[in-house]
Amino acid sequence: MLRLPRFRFVSPPSIEEAIHIRTEHPATSMYVAGGTDVYPKMKRRQFQPEVVIAIGGLVRDDFRGGTLAPLADTLPSVAEEGPLPLGPLPLGLRIGAGATLTEVAEHPRVREGYRALSIAAGLVSTPQLRNMGTIGGNVCLDTRCNWYDQSLFWRTAEGYCMKTHGDVVCRVATSSPRCLAVASADTVPALIALGAQINVVGPNGARTIDLAECYREDGINYLALEPGEIVTEIVLPPSDGWRSTYLKQRDRNSFDFPIAGVAAAVRMDRGVVTDARVAITALGSRPVRVDASALVGTKLDDEAIGAVADATHKAARPMDNTSGTISQRKRAARVFADRALRSLRDD
Amino acid sequence: MTDTKTMLTLRVNGDPHTFAAEPHHTLLEVLREELDLTGTKHGCELGECGACTVLADGVPILSCLTLPQQVAHADITTVEGLAKGPQLHPLQTAFAEEGAAQCGYCTPGILLSAKALLDANPRPTRDEIAQAISGNLCRCTGYTAIYEAIEKAAEMSAKAAQRV
Amino acid sequence: MSELSILGRRLPKVNAWAHLTGSARYADDIRLPRMLYGRLLRSTRPHALIKRIDISRALAYPGVVAVVTGADMPEKMGIMPSTQDETALAVDKVRYVGEPVAGVAALDEDAAYEALSLIDVEYEDLEPIFTIEEALDRDDVKIHDTSKRANVFKEVHLSFGDVEGGFAKADHVREDWFFFEGNTHAPIESHSAVASYDADGKLTLWTSTQVPHYLHREMEKVLGLPRTRIRVIATPNGGAFGGKSDPFGHEFAAALLSMRTKRPVKITLDREEVFYAHRGRHPVKMRIKTGVKKDGEITAVEFQSYLDGGAYASYGIATTYYTGALLTVTYRVPAYKFDGVRVYTNKPPCGPKRGHGTTQPRYAFECQLDKIAMDLGLDPIEYRLRILQPANSRTVNELRVTSMGLGECLRALRDRTSWERKRSERTKGKGIGVAGSAYISGAGLPIYWNDMPHSGAEIRIDRGGGVTVMCGTSEIGQGSDNLLAAIAAEALGVYPEDVHVVSGDTSLTPVDLGSYSSRVTMMAGNATKNAGLKLREQLVTVAAEKLGIPADRVNLAYRKVYDLKDPERSMSFVEAANLAEAKYGTLVGAGSYRPPAGIGGNYKGAGVGPTPAYSYQAAVAEVTVDLETGQLTVDKITTAHDCGRALNPVNVEGQVEGSAYMGYGEIVVEEQIFRGGLHKKPSLLDYKLPTSLDTPKLETILIESVDSEGPYGAKEAGEGPLNPVIPAIANAVYDAIGVRFDETPITAEKILDALGKRDNRGITKDRIGPTGLGDGKADPKRAMRRLEASTEARERKKTQV
Repeated sequence: MLRLPRFRFVSPPSIEEAIHIRTEHPATSMYVAGGTDVYPKMKRRQFQPEVVIAIGGLVRDDFRGGTLAPLADTLPSVAEEGPLPLGPLPLGLRIGAGATLTEVAEHPRVREGYRALSIAAGLVSTPQLRNMGTIGGNVCLDTRCNWYDQSLFWRTAEGYCMKTHGDVVCRVATSSPRCLAVASADTVPALIALGAQINVVGPNGARTIDLAECYREDGINYLALEPGEIVTEIVLPPSDGWRSTYLKQRDRNSFDFPIAGVAAAVRMDRGVVTDARVAITALGSRPVRVDASALVGTKLDDEAIGAVADATHKAARPMDNTSGTISQRKRAARVFADRALRSLRDD
Repeated sequence: MTDTKTMLTLRVNGDPHTFAAEPHHTLLEVLREELDLTGTKHGCELGECGACTVLADGVPILSCLTLPQQVAHADITTVEGLAKGPQLHPLQTAFAEEGAAQCGYCTPGILLSAKALLDANPRPTRDEIAQAISGNLCRCTGYTAIYEAIEKAAEMSAKAAQRV
Repeated sequence: MSELSILGRRLPKVNAWAHLTGSARYADDIRLPRMLYGRLLRSTRPHALIKRIDISRALAYPGVVAVVTGADMPEKMGIMPSTQDETALAVDKVRYVGEPVAGVAALDEDAAYEALSLIDVEYEDLEPIFTIEEALDRDDVKIHDTSKRANVFKEVHLSFGDVEGGFAKADHVREDWFFFEGNTHAPIESHSAVASYDADGKLTLWTSTQVPHYLHREMEKVLGLPRTRIRVIATPNGGAFGGKSDPFGHEFAAALLSMRTKRPVKITLDREEVFYAHRGRHPVKMRIKTGVKKDGEITAVEFQSYLDGGAYASYGIATTYYTGALLTVTYRVPAYKFDGVRVYTNKPPCGPKRGHGTTQPRYAFECQLDKIAMDLGLDPIEYRLRILQPANSRTVNELRVTSMGLGECLRALRDRTSWERKRSERTKGKGIGVAGSAYISGAGLPIYWNDMPHSGAEIRIDRGGGVTVMCGTSEIGQGSDNLLAAIAAEALGVYPEDVHVVSGDTSLTPVDLGSYSSRVTMMAGNATKNAGLKLREQLVTVAAEKLGIPADRVNLAYRKVYDLKDPERSMSFVEAANLAEAKYGTLVGAGSYRPPAGIGGNYKGAGVGPTPAYSYQAAVAEVTVDLETGQLTVDKITTAHDCGRALNPVNVEGQVEGSAYMGYGEIVVEEQIFRGGLHKKPSLLDYKLPTSLDTPKLETILIESVDSEGPYGAKEAGEGPLNPVIPAIANAVYDAIGVRFDETPITAEKILDALGKRDNRGITKDRIGPTGLGDGKADPKRAMRRLEASTEARERKKTQV
């Protein structure tokens, strides 16, 4: 059996305490929420923390109790959903980072107002993984690569790569100055297309960041978070007038990470687009927001969609380090952008 | 060999178990090696096959990616807890009758995914069944007999409920 | 014999309850007092000499109890006695990344794992060989010194009938190249073995194996322990599909570590190691040339296969012959020439996977027949029906055919799938295709030459009416334990639940050669039937005496022994059994089975191909191709299978559906591929087993031809049904988009390439596949250069830092 390396597991009583422990062991500790990304990587010895700090329960409490800074609207827990009237959410929605992907995918408020997120969360891996993995964890998902997501044995045989060994080349392109590992979270392009922000808490206090600004074009330092920061909430803007969707390419209809993912959201007013956002994932080291301004003022006509599909194609920069091929995935970016936008038309 | 074991209590199939385990051992390892509940299987230990599926408070999770500390307050159900004493769960009967278990190795995990489905949705469609077991790889059956068995179990439960 | 009482009914398997309650004991579920946990160190090099192994640091690691290396077990071993080229752990040389080099036993698995990195192995790299072409070319690099020519493992050349004359008579000749990519079994249970060397000097090995008897022989050879002191017990296999039918390093390592430590030792492979253990489907390049008359009648076939065998022999000789042997049993082939060659490469060894060696040529042949049908303007089903090999016949390579239900299979499919309507309603992107196939019900010859039975069974009846069947078969999920119980129950007139099954135990059960080559129903079934009928005769005799009726009026069924004319005149099975024991002594019946003589030819190589009876099957696949993304979706597979008689229709359907599923995976998503000797996808995330959301709708039609040789008329069901699915899908894709896929798998990339949508040039192709043995770009030294470049780049960067 493939087992976890030895480590110390701590379950701090508060976020502050978690941050404190994390700061005490800056190089040798990690946070864990659902564990679906961290533990396999520990088993493959990609991560070898000495201290693992459980935060899933902590952020989840915040989500449930809604005790953080004043909330515009709180994602009600499933038990509370009854009395809340459905309909546009003028004040937006906050989702505790500890909510599981299943909870996010199935929540009626998400389904109704933020369909792209519901679809994307529901397409992550498998039912079991979605029952365990959290939305916060998915937002922070480590970048992936064929040369990196392998066992210690395999990587020893290959000779390691830049992502784990700074003195080794990038295996994808040996001349690359940076790591080319791929952004692979399904929910992130959906959240970006929906205009999400995240609330984080860290050693230097709390702050709010646009999710689109949270990622770097660097497979190693892919997250623009400060050391020790914890994502506590996902904040979604009002959903009125918005409709959205997410399309995912992968080899199998379960288990697999995206090898191309396109999220699209448009705000319609009497059949005319007043705002639009398109974002892609798994086509580079960071999720990319595509310029969709060509849609504004149109009725989602073929020409405008074509222009945005072209822009999506251009923004897609896949490398040969996932399943599938570069040309197949780059093509999918265009086809999926086109299909996603068409699906948002009236009728 | 230097780790200190920690004492843990887990509630599995309704029974409390107190035992000492190394802190880095997963729920899967603890169930099989400390509690002798070897009905829970493992095929990859990386969350890529679903063989180790158990229920935590009725929800299917992967025991290979769960630390026992994280489910200390949950009710864990393994395949050994499916039957109520001598009374088999309708899923077990239906799986036998429909030949839904060939080698039987993925079966415990699939039974638990199916139980969670039927508990939440007593008359699922075939698509809903396929979704519910989409995190459990089966290499023998091609899934068809499994769908038929879950449908049959749903029918059996519905009939049993009518009789009551 | 009167009507069947048990066989033919849809009954639960006798071992289902253990599977469904979590009480089945697979090898890794076994835990013995004082048991140690073992792990294997594996080679990180594709081809290298082992200059030195230092185990001292590992031995000193806390918790480690013993370490063994190849030098401790230098005896050559392997499944086929004539080609033993493996050692339990590598000695002096490693030949693939992942080859076991050393074994560690420790107090727990954590310590065993950690100690692996403390074993120091010094390698001297040799040039690796990764492709068939390089293996054939490079005389200067030898993976095995035994290869006479370059890296050839085996060459076979056979010719039957007037091949030249056949082609001369042909109105139309087609010649096509095909490539079938390698893939692997991926059972959900990884291999596991527990060895216990006890104080009495006897070794017991519980292991997840399909071949306990053959393993027993190899254990004796490698461990130097007489077979009288070794007991091999095949635990229930959590899936096998051919992947557990070789002797494996971890089995010997566990045994030796147990002998050294005098404690039980368990070694369970992790998932990645299973990919290195492999023995899966060979990648095969094939050239096939077929001559036909205007009406489609075949005049001659010429077939060449080039098998990429990986680093060791495994069943390679048989595999090589199998690529050629069975092409003749489905359709009339009056002249046939076959040339096969299997080469060594520095990759995990290939071996037998469901359909062993016949899957690849069947794909090529059925795709080519589809092309011929198009060339001649014939409907593919109608065409195949015209040229069927007749029942009770001999093929040109002298194989005896008994029952032959391929025609019925094809006709049933035509009706069930609305074939003609769907063929005529053409929409671009939607397609339907067909293919036929055949498979053996057990190999005609054992793996080592002997005159003994292929299968033996022993049945005992106890004084309470309980029946125990003992047979050396291995339960791998195919339902062999249930088969033994059902046949014994049928023969003796009891219920399967009255039967205790003891299987796969070299100390308790008579030899059965193992659960491979779809032999169990035919051979263990006949052996069990024979054993049961012997006891039945004794019961009939005593019952006839007691009931005062002639013996031919006595019947046994439903735990009763009764007068067929007056069923009220009866006694219970227990009563009859007690009477019989009083008359004859302890009730033990032994039966055995050996395939009849004369089912094959006498030429060299005639040993592979003959079988007591061939199963026949055909499949229709319906597909949808997304013309923009290249995504291939298989909507439905309908399979018709001639199983002789369905002894338990639930189980037969399960085998047919499972085969269809596996065939689907092989052509759409699965591939065992390498980069520089390193497996590209050694995990269940990257190696794509189809999920419930991918698997097509599967439908099964059972055809019962009631074979004269099979037990109660039964033939195999576990392997043949995989074969037609693969070409049926390829043919359906052609129907959908007009592109021939003469290589597997059919990926989105290849579809886009054919549709001219892979790049901006828009050049379409009507065929994807090889045009010759090589791709023309072969550069034998490329692999080494890549290895060097990557090492250099690493060093360069290091010096910069």
